[in-house]
Amino acid sequence: MENSLTLACIPLFPLVGALLTYGVGKSSKDLAGWVATGASLLSFIFTLLTFQQLRALVGAHSYEVAAAGAHGAHHGGEAQVYRALEAPLFEWFRIGDFGVDFLFRFDSLTAVMCLVVTGIGTLIHLYSIGYMAEDESRPRFFSYLNLFLFSMLLLVLGGNLLVLFVGWEGVGLCSYLLIGFWHKNIAFAGAGRKAFVVNRIGDAAFLIALFLLIQHFGTLDFVALKAAFENTLASEALLTAIALCFFIGATGKSAQIPLFVWLPDAMAGPTPVSALIHAATMVTAGVYLTARMHFLFDLTPYALLIVVCIAVLTAIVAASIALVQNDIKKVLAYSTVSQLGFMFVAAGCGAYWVAVFHLVTHAFFKACLFLGSGSVIHACHHEQDMREMGGLLKVMPWTGLTYGISTLAIAGIFPLSGYFSKHHIVEALSHSGETNPYLGTYEAAFTAVITAAAIMTAFYVTRSFAMTFLGSYRGHAHPHESPVTMVIPLVVLALLALGGGVLNGMVPFQLWLGHTIPVGHVHSSESIGAALLHSWPGFVGVAFGLLFYTVLPQVPKALATTLPWMLGALRGKLYIDELYGAVIVRPLEGMARMLWKGVDQRVVDGCVNGTAAIVDVSGEVVRNTATGQLRHYALLMFAGTVFLIAFYFAM
Amino acid sequence: MDEQLLFGTFPLLTTLIFLPLLGAVTLLFLPGERSSEQGEGEGALGLPVVVALFFSALTFLVSLVLVSRFDPENTSYQFQEQISWIPSLGVSYILGVDGISILLVLLTTFLMPIIFLASKSVREGRRGYLFHMLALETAMLGTLLSLDLFLFYVFWELMLAPMYFIIGIWGGKRRIYATLKFVLYTVVGSLLMLVALFSLVWSYAEQSGEVTFALNEIVGNVQLSVEEQLWLFAAFALAFGIKVPIFPFHTWLPDAHVEAPTGGSVVLAGVLLKMGLYGFIRIAYPLFPEGASFFGPYLAGLAVIGIVYGALVAWAQHDIKKLVAYSSVSHLGYCVLGFVAMNTLAATGSIYQMLNHGISTGALFLLVGVLYDRKHTREISAYGGLAGKVPLFAFLFLVFTLSSIALPLTNGFVGEFLILAGSYQQFPTLTLVAVSGVILGAVYMLTLYMKTMFGEFHEERNGDLTDVNSRELMTLAPLFVLVFVMGVYPAPFLGMIEPTVAQYVKDHHERTMTSQNRSNPRALPSGGIDFARSPETPEVESETAKASSGVPSVLVSTAQETLVQQVSS
Repeated sequence: MENSLTLACIPLFPLVGALLTYGVGKSSKDLAGWVATGASLLSFIFTLLTFQQLRALVGAHSYEVAAAGAHGAHHGGEAQVYRALEAPLFEWFRIGDFGVDFLFRFDSLTAVMCLVVTGIGTLIHLYSIGYMAEDESRPRFFSYLNLFLFSMLLLVLGGNLLVLFVGWEGVGLCSYLLIGFWHKNIAFAGAGRKAFVVNRIGDAAFLIALFLLIQHFGTLDFVALKAAFENTLASEALLTAIALCFFIGATGKSAQIPLFVWLPDAMAGPTPVSALIHAATMVTAGVYLTARMHFLFDLTPYALLIVVCIAVLTAIVAASIALVQNDIKKVLAYSTVSQLGFMFVAAGCGAYWVAVFHLVTHAFFKACLFLGSGSVIHACHHEQDMREMGGLLKVMPWTGLTYGISTLAIAGIFPLSGYFSKHHIVEALSHSGETNPYLGTYEAAFTAVITAAAIMTAFYVTRSFAMTFLGSYRGHAHPHESPVTMVIPLVVLALLALGGGVLNGMVPFQLWLGHTIPVGHVHSSESIGAALLHSWPGFVGVAFGLLFYTVLPQVPKALATTLPWMLGALRGKLYIDELYGAVIVRPLEGMARMLWKGVDQRVVDGCVNGTAAIVDVSGEVVRNTATGQLRHYALLMFAGTVFLIAFYFAM
Repeated sequence: MDEQLLFGTFPLLTTLIFLPLLGAVTLLFLPGERSSEQGEGEGALGLPVVVALFFSALTFLVSLVLVSRFDPENTSYQFQEQISWIPSLGVSYILGVDGISILLVLLTTFLMPIIFLASKSVREGRRGYLFHMLALETAMLGTLLSLDLFLFYVFWELMLAPMYFIIGIWGGKRRIYATLKFVLYTVVGSLLMLVALFSLVWSYAEQSGEVTFALNEIVGNVQLSVEEQLWLFAAFALAFGIKVPIFPFHTWLPDAHVEAPTGGSVVLAGVLLKMGLYGFIRIAYPLFPEGASFFGPYLAGLAVIGIVYGALVAWAQHDIKKLVAYSSVSHLGYCVLGFVAMNTLAATGSIYQMLNHGISTGALFLLVGVLYDRKHTREISAYGGLAGKVPLFAFLFLVFTLSSIALPLTNGFVGEFLILAGSYQQFPTLTLVAVSGVILGAVYMLTLYMKTMFGEFHEERNGDLTDVNSRELMTLAPLFVLVFVMGVYPAPFLGMIEPTVAQYVKDHHERTMTSQNRSNPRALPSGGIDFARSPETPEVESETAKASSGVPSVLVSTAQETLVQQVSS
């Protein structure tokens, strides 16, 4: 471990930026956006500096050695490869033997997360300057955006679970504030509240996991925990319980079944928020947590089975709902839920690095898709219904082109970035039985379902591209290409989505992560032919998508008329919101009212008022004794007290 | 005991207690009440308020001196003063402060100037209001600092009268009902306490041949049979439980809060509610360890019911103040749970959470007062969309809402986390239920925030609403700062609490052991419940032994061993 000053500065800039932005915004609203973007950029630069320091620190060990070490680390071999930079700020609190430090730690996993968060964060700040140019409260927007960045950085930099939790709840708050940014619309504000409350359910489970760790391991520091877990005697039941509590926390933050319901509603926020928080960064926190706690999950094959079950189910369910949405942002929202499912599949198979890899590539192409949709919405005067769009490729070539590239990337077509990460997920799943006997039983079924989800992904995203950019314009606005501040981030992200695959080719991503998490065997690269062959789900999905929404529009219509119940169910998002409302929310509301009106006012107060009435009546009787003279009262009080004492002892 | 801190040095605690009373008396001699109250501008505070502010600020300064000279590592009572008062009855005037009471004292003296600054909204008879508030401060400080049971009882009862007048005279429309309920509840508890008090002193006199009310002398020396302990504990617990309030004795609280003027609500939530739990800490637990170990799990159960019940009922409210009042029931539930768990982690958190609750709920009541002063209604439905109209108000409201729902980096989180982490080790199942309060807290507070701050703004109804003014900002700013200071850097505060609490917990478990080893069941009271043969008792004993430190020692040592291994490898 080595201390690092630049590390401590990384989250400082957005925090100062958040305060400064609001102050600057009072005099110049336009300047506020640039201040916030500057803070984000500085944070990115300092992340790069810290990243260089870490590389220098790690550099002594060549990648080959590191790989072997990472390989062996799992079997207790050469455990010395773990290298990290630290910034211990102060002791947060200490009670007896249990203390928590406010500590940042920067290792290879954090480095990846930090680069994504600050890099994409900066691009989206820049984009927002254009997107929010006409909004009256944009200083507030940028202030929140900076605050989000600060929280997210705490989350990934935290050297122990409690600092992580600070960020974890902090991003939840920012998400709440930004979803309800246009708070005059009570529905939007309600969506923010829903996001916060649903997340809190997960957070409660997270807290329980912390309590269990405190009770049984006495520490929340990652390094200490990892050491404690390496030769723990704790029962598998306990470990499984802790792991599942963390996973419930993750299902809240990362929108998995059963807590995914907040994410589609979260689209009420401004589109840059959807791109940054609800696609690229915050929602991936659960995946990060799982990777960070790999030493726990590795010991609990049963918990991993549940992770994979939930993830596979989420991937397919969300993808199927995305098939029929007409709101461009809703398509992308369900797509995000589904893609997060893909990441958890990888994590659940023990291939944490694949999960992180998909997290990164997904951040590229999904941020690009969201920003593209934002550009379209901006151009169409806040129209989000794809039925009111079409043919926009001609008027918005940059947006169209970048959206198209990202479409192919998410579809998983070689050689775009999505192919590499998605292919690794399917690979990991189909070999998961080798390390986890529980998974071995369902390996084939899971692989089939996830492949189906991959085909659907390619299909729905192509559908959204076709409905938006192809054909002829069906709306009534006068669409135009977006300003340069919006186009630059789109182009950068599209390039990343295009070439992100090299991360694990020319740049040894897997080996780099191997310094922190187990990465398993390093796969040799495959031939181009084989790669194209492995892209078949993407090709199938894209082909059908193009076919149905350009050449043969009668096919989806026919399907809709022959299977109306299915369409209805999917359009209605499988009625899950309604189900939760009927089973959880309304009964609780009813119970709250019943407790107040029934128990509090009838039962408890009834007793009290009854007593009061008796006092009142007896008061009438003894009124004559009330002479208004103080010494009479004193005498009575004294007599009464004496009587009571006497009464007690007489018993 | 440190000789230097005994007699002969400056009587710091007496000064602290009676300074406010001196202020109250001074108020009586002020000239020209009418002229000073009428015709004043919005900026002027008026002479009585200035006097009250002066004395409360002076008291606050004295308490700061106290804190600066307080030695956190010394776990016995400090700054002790002892004077024989009524020798024939064994009543003495004994004061002292330790790590448990010192920050509660500071909280009290800190809140009072804020309350006086906010007393502008009291339109009529302001001088009387200030008088009662200052008298109340003396009573509260006296209760916190008394180490003689009789003195404690005197101050305890003295707290009731000013509060009675504050609600009864300066309260809202249903103030008479509220005061009746408040007094009825409290008097029932007080009488029980008085009887139990005399009974205790009587027993001790029989045992030692000496009549005394000195707490330090009785604690640890008194030998009570199990059933005596149970009965006496029950009597004290009822008195204290009503004050906290613990479910189901809480229904006086919402009414009292709703009818009380803003300052009354702040002091009620900020300090008075803590007195109940403080009574458990200072009196009921040390004196009756067997009672504590028998009733502890039940208290924990009631606390958890309070957490969930308070939160659910808060959710159903239409009146902002009532909602905040029910949230207090929920929050005090955490404090009780933490203390009853009786390990250092949870009990320290419990004391810390008492401070936090005073700050965040006090601030919420001040904010409700800001709205009420302007629009004269507390109906949630009367507001909406205020965020656009009064942004500073909305911002402050948000911060204190977040503090109330224990968001990390606000003060509430540290307390709640310590409590739940600690109580989980003692009452795992109950704590799991209590954790649902974390969710419900977000539900009712954010619903309140959404309904008042967000949505459509009613121009015709609230168009004349003005933002927080500079005087109001002065009342809220110190609380605002503390929310973050105590959330980000709680170490100085916890450092004052923790050593005493650690010792307290250790002493308590030792007392429980001794008492249980000694106990030779005597004849049960006729018609009484068979407490002594309760199956719970041995179980509790083993559990308490386990939980004597924040982290079970066995586990700590394993964790440390692994750390050592890791370092050496």
